[in-house]
Amino acid sequence: MEHQTFGGEVTIPHEAPTADSRKKIFKTTLLLSVITIIELGIGYLLYATNFSEMVDLMFKGTVIILSFAKAFYIVSIFMHLGEEVRNLIMTIIVPLLLFVWFIIAFLWDGDSWKNLRNEYKPLDPVKHEQSSHSSHGAEKH
Amino acid sequence: MAHSVPANQKWWSGGKSPFNVEYGKLMMWYFLMSDAFTFGAFLISYGTVRFSSNSWPDPNFVFKSFPFAGHANLPLVFVSLMTFILIVSSVTMVLAVHEGHRGNKKGVIKWMLWTIIGGFAFLGCQAWEWTHLYHENAWWGRNPFPNADGTIASSNFSNFFFTITGFHGFHVFSGVVINIIVTIMAWKGVFERRGHYLMIEKIGLYWHFVDLVWVFVFLFFYLV
Repeated sequence: MEHQTFGGEVTIPHEAPTADSRKKIFKTTLLLSVITIIELGIGYLLYATNFSEMVDLMFKGTVIILSFAKAFYIVSIFMHLGEEVRNLIMTIIVPLLLFVWFIIAFLWDGDSWKNLRNEYKPLDPVKHEQSSHSSHGAEKH
Repeated sequence: MAHSVPANQKWWSGGKSPFNVEYGKLMMWYFLMSDAFTFGAFLISYGTVRFSSNSWPDPNFVFKSFPFAGHANLPLVFVSLMTFILIVSSVTMVLAVHEGHRGNKKGVIKWMLWTIIGGFAFLGCQAWEWTHLYHENAWWGRNPFPNADGTIASSNFSNFFFTITGFHGFHVFSGVVINIIVTIMAWKGVFERRGHYLMIEKIGLYWHFVDLVWVFVFLFFYLV
């Protein structure tokens, strides 16, 4: 069995690069460029037109999904994570799942903060004291 | 999966690296994972504050300038240039890694030099943009740009913009410095004597990560 040793660590080498893997790089480059151009196109579309808020959000959601596709291609092709053994992939990907909670919880919190602040009406301190006093009194009698 | 890994390989039976990577490369992956959390925390705190605001400055209004274009209204153009510079330098880095696999010293040096040039070009663009915004009176603690709905904005926008693009720019800068160091090492024949170009792979991982972060900085500051 063919293997390499780096400082006493035995590893089995990945496939040597071929003309094929070079082609894969250029295909990925093209893909990343095309996705970026589509994203920019959507950006200009949003800038140049005046859609309803719903359509705006849909386009923004599309751009976000496209960016995650870009992230996937960079990590799996350029960083060769797709060629590593499964255990290594998992030790990288599974901790990152924390982001799912992280994003939902914090954006939710930000939104709730905004709503609470918009709905907040400070009570007139004098009136507040009077009303609480009278209700207190009413209870007593 | 690589085809050279035999089926039913027992990774955990001892005598070999269970993750089939060299120690330094594994640690680079774990460093990048922790760095992803740092950037993620920055971007999510930015999102939280933006979600908590009734309105926010419009990126198409803030980032509408291009060097030597005077007062022309060119939203998204400059940042597109920066994005493409970074994508291209990522590609030249993959090509350097591939030449390293082949043990082709000349090829490694050639593509590393292109990567370094790309890094400097990106840093130059960022320096121009920061200077431009600074002259428009945007900086930490002050923000001249109004909200999209016309109200006066707080300095949250500039604070997050300069902190996050600054942190990313610092990563690019250290990447360029490390790229220069490993290119000199390759040129001196250090990796040739070692018999492998693993160092190029490790710095390559870092460089791609910097590109990856830019995908999200670009998305959240300039596009949406």
